[in-house]
Amino acid sequence: MSSRLQRRKWWSHLLTVLSGLCVAIVLVPLVSVIYTAARIGGPALSLSFLTSNPPEACTPSPGITCAVGGIGPAIQGTVIVVGVAAAIAVPIGLAAAIFAAEYPTRWLGRAISFTADVLTGLPSIIAGVFIYLLLVIYDPAIVFSVISGALALSVIMIPIVTRTTELSLRTVPQELREAALALGIPKWRTTLQIVVATALPGVLTGTLLAVMRAAGEAAPLLFTLFGSRLGFEGFNRPAQALPLLIYNFAESGAENWRELAWGASLILILMILVTSVLSRLVIARMVRRMRGS
Amino acid sequence: MRCVGLTAGRSRGSGGGDSPIPAVTDSEAGTTGTAPSLRRSPGRRPIPDLLFFGLVTLGAVVLLVLIFSIVIILASQSELSFRTYGLGYLVGTRWIVPTSASPFQVYGAVPFIVGTLLTSGIALLLGLPLALGSAIFVATQAPNFLRGTLGTAVELLAAIPSVVYGFWGIYVVVPLMRTTVDPALKQYLGWTGAFGGPVTGDGVLTSGIILAIMIVPTISAVSRETLFAVPASQREAALSLGATSWETTRIASLPYARIGIFGAIVLGLGRALGETMAVTMTIGNRDAIPTSLLSQGQTISSLIANELTSNSGPLQYSAVVEAGLILLLISLLVNVAARLLLWRVSGGRRVVLAQ
Repeated sequence: MSSRLQRRKWWSHLLTVLSGLCVAIVLVPLVSVIYTAARIGGPALSLSFLTSNPPEACTPSPGITCAVGGIGPAIQGTVIVVGVAAAIAVPIGLAAAIFAAEYPTRWLGRAISFTADVLTGLPSIIAGVFIYLLLVIYDPAIVFSVISGALALSVIMIPIVTRTTELSLRTVPQELREAALALGIPKWRTTLQIVVATALPGVLTGTLLAVMRAAGEAAPLLFTLFGSRLGFEGFNRPAQALPLLIYNFAESGAENWRELAWGASLILILMILVTSVLSRLVIARMVRRMRGS
Repeated sequence: MRCVGLTAGRSRGSGGGDSPIPAVTDSEAGTTGTAPSLRRSPGRRPIPDLLFFGLVTLGAVVLLVLIFSIVIILASQSELSFRTYGLGYLVGTRWIVPTSASPFQVYGAVPFIVGTLLTSGIALLLGLPLALGSAIFVATQAPNFLRGTLGTAVELLAAIPSVVYGFWGIYVVVPLMRTTVDPALKQYLGWTGAFGGPVTGDGVLTSGIILAIMIVPTISAVSRETLFAVPASQREAALSLGATSWETTRIASLPYARIGIFGAIVLGLGRALGETMAVTMTIGNRDAIPTSLLSQGQTISSLIANELTSNSGPLQYSAVVEAGLILLLISLLVNVAARLLLWRVSGGRRVVLAQ
């Protein structure tokens, strides 16, 4: 009997170790990606790297030193295109979420939740194809432009904003709504000033998640933002973005371009990781303050 | 065993997550809101309320219209290809783009459907055990102080952009496959016939491995959430019967969470099917049915990335869009299935993920 127990305990320990090993194996690529980006891209980083233009293609050989250049246009383009995309996606996502969470007896509310869930699984390249086809038909002049890229990214962002917002609206206690309505506050003010305000940390997380996701997407921008060697030239002109720069320079023969792409990867990873950590901290603080008051 | 299964079933029924709170309906809300001003008739709602409702509805309608317009636009633009090949497109095994030397062209989707299914299959095969193992470790085995950290670390894998995985694949995975893994597979498993052909380093297997890394955080995080959602009483009951830690997981947690875990797997599959950049950069982009796991190929998404704007005539353009339509329909199907499973297990409460 006791030997049987021992065997069961052994078995249990073994499986604990095995599952722990799974975690370790899973984290190897994470470490390897960050290490590789830091090793190759790290030395290129400097303040001017963030602002100057990409250099001419060049591979160092004796007697030739290559200009390092920078990723200024790509950073500028990413900020602008993601900003415009957020300006399109956040109001729509917020509205859809309020509809789904605050008017829930209608069948349409459930349909909205479900559609948002399914749309988050939309392959990101399909978002790009959709906007590309749409603009080829209706306004070929801006097929390759900042607006086009922003539209494609907003297709990806809308469902993310919708579902995280809806989820946090649903965590607001029903009593709050009832109390506000009982005081004679109209429904729209109750929703905006009581419910949405209470759920604000969740709404902000949703927006940040969407922004982070959009900032790293290259596939939807291939046929929309298109890429460019220059800085921002207007909303109806192509522009560069960090993920596009990485894709375009990754397989280039020029060594300094590949270094540039690794530098851009490092910046992109840092941007996303820092945003993710910061948003967690800010949200934790907001939640604490709300509980404190 | 049977006893545990029974309780699991019963408490799922009663405590199935947060059932939606009884909601104040529109008309109720309206009347409550207008109650103090008795001059208004009870059924009518103030103008600002109607306006607000209108705006909010507009947002909801945009979301609904979006999904339909994506399907319709892709379908309308693939009309030429559909009229030319009909259903033959789905079984056509050749994809030949006209060049200035030879104007001959023919388009069939099989190479890309096979490429997509193969890479996603490899990704699931390799990623699933790791994802489940890590989910089980974080949810049930890890000491408390490690739980949050490890969970976050696994989720950070999902935060790294696809194009960076692709770049990393070119730099780290492809050379590793070319020099070490592929020759070893050829030598020891060559007799299976699955590892023939020239060793290039990139190809179906390489892309599948990178996809596996990318879907692990999705499967792991959703599975972990469903494992966390198992009521403590389930585990305590098993522990009090003298079950070891692993037995508790096996007889109390896993049966309770199995539908959610299945949903997580389908969700991961959906992600693998549509993934573009990492695959495009590592699969070799060859428009033919892969002859072995080491051979180069093309998935639907990498085909679109490479050839949508290659200007090889209206028929080629239309054929690429039709491939996109197939990918769209497959991924909608997979995602609907995943969400139905996850909704069923959570009673409408959903797991939020970066993805």
